[in-house]
Amino acid sequence: MSATKWEVVIGLETHTQLKTQSKIFSGSSVAFGASPNVQSSAVDIALPGVLPVLNREAVVCAIKFGLAVGATIAPRSIFARKNYFYPDLPKGYQISQFEIPVVQGGGLAIRVGEVEKYVHLTRAHLEEDAGKSLHEDFQGKTGIDLNRAGTPLLEIVSEPDMRSSAEAVAYAKALHALVQWIGICDGNMQEGSFRCDANVSVRPVGQKEFGTRREIKNLNSFRFMQQAIDFEVQWQINEIEEGRAIQQATVLFNSDTGETRAMRSKEDAHDYRYFPDPDLLPLEITPAWIAEVKASLPELPEAMKARFESDYGLSAYDAATLSASREMANYFEETLTAAGRENAKLCANWVMGEVAGRLNKDGMEISAGHAVPLAPTLLAGIIRRITDNTLSNKMAREVFDALWVGEEKDADAVIAARGLTQVTDSGAIESVIDEVLATNAKSVEEFHAGKDKAFNSLVGQVMKATKGKADPQQVNDLLRKKLAT
Amino acid sequence: MSLNQEGVGRIARLARIELSADESVATQDQLNDILGFIARLQAVNTTGIEPMAHAVDVVQRLRPDCITETDRRADFQAIAPEVDGGLYLVPKVIE
Repeated sequence: MSATKWEVVIGLETHTQLKTQSKIFSGSSVAFGASPNVQSSAVDIALPGVLPVLNREAVVCAIKFGLAVGATIAPRSIFARKNYFYPDLPKGYQISQFEIPVVQGGGLAIRVGEVEKYVHLTRAHLEEDAGKSLHEDFQGKTGIDLNRAGTPLLEIVSEPDMRSSAEAVAYAKALHALVQWIGICDGNMQEGSFRCDANVSVRPVGQKEFGTRREIKNLNSFRFMQQAIDFEVQWQINEIEEGRAIQQATVLFNSDTGETRAMRSKEDAHDYRYFPDPDLLPLEITPAWIAEVKASLPELPEAMKARFESDYGLSAYDAATLSASREMANYFEETLTAAGRENAKLCANWVMGEVAGRLNKDGMEISAGHAVPLAPTLLAGIIRRITDNTLSNKMAREVFDALWVGEEKDADAVIAARGLTQVTDSGAIESVIDEVLATNAKSVEEFHAGKDKAFNSLVGQVMKATKGKADPQQVNDLLRKKLAT
Repeated sequence: MSLNQEGVGRIARLARIELSADESVATQDQLNDILGFIARLQAVNTTGIEPMAHAVDVVQRLRPDCITETDRRADFQAIAPEVDGGLYLVPKVIE
């Protein structure tokens, strides 16, 4: 084993497809899944003489993002041509932004376990997507579908601030949640609405300069991102330790083998010869426009997290978990509103525990379009019956399970139908205790001899005798009192 | 700045233009004439002047986010060399 300790350096480039109706430079639809080329207009297929006209909504999305990450929004930004040849790019250049992007700087808080970290952003720029190439279905030919050509993208570039695959995934997840939160991207990774490239390098701990990086392209799931980066890091360390220098390269991740492999690249491949696009004038964004967009933004996750801590007294961890998605946060707040804010901690526990756990088990998540089977008001009904001592926690879980599958209309109906009322009448409990003590003289003796287990056994007997309906805490207290006399 | 034959060859390759030896020499002269003209422009003192990205000092007009295009695939594909199942076919591209 080598003595060198290695530090991993990761930066991410993320292409987010913006949630517009039409393309960034034409009036074609961007709806997913249409028949090939029916959504590609003269502009999208680059017929001679056409001119691009910028979609206002795409700019609004960029402004929203800039505001959400505390970035500078350029008062003037410039569109540039990125030149390369590929059949799914009919113009021979991609319209992008180069020297002056629309969003500059900013950053994002991420959490790995309990550790919080701030990842800086370099920039985010507007650009158009390319079409799709289908290599498989045609003998000796490639099929080209230009429906995706011209779809608006915001490419978000981070600084090389991540130091592990876990941090990279945490960043990607935080970004994924944020773009959905502010409504600029549907976040659908299967359909390619959120795609990441990871720039990965390693260096000996303590070295200032970065090592040579390799770029892993097109990571379209968080799991693959973690696997690809872990493999790539180990590969780079092995190469260096065996005396081979890392060559800058673009690599692809093969999810079947779990390996990354360099793409063959020509020496001129990365000479994109950017220059300002003469077809597009500078994009001007006035302070008034920024103010208008700002007013339309929802409360942001970080602000919500802070509010959950200060207003509801939640821990930083609980507040962060509950504000991980807007849907989760809304669900929690609706539960809280119905249950009363004095029950914030209990609401938080139920949402993060039973609700999240059950959703996970059923393979669902709280997101737009997927209603949670249990309405927040119903959950609040359960919580109210816990706080008024009608239900023990165990009973509450039973009610929860029943309501989740749609049995009865609310908690009280389940309680009535199943006779689940907790016994809290101390007279009734005391008489049960007296019976138990009378018939378990041996346990009582053992308890007085100092055996704590005997006490638990007595509690168990009382709970059994009440068919689990007694409040365990109350049984504990009353039993200790009885045994002390 | 001036271009040699090697530079001309590289630019031609990037632009996917095939040049014969004669054409390459002629192109070298023409490109160097253009570069000479640009050198004269660059000699002008522009200290303190903000660079422009466009010759006209106006800003981009924006379009409302509406679908205005209809399906004209049949028209467009009537002039394509080869199509199949709605796709344009091109010689096989392999990465």
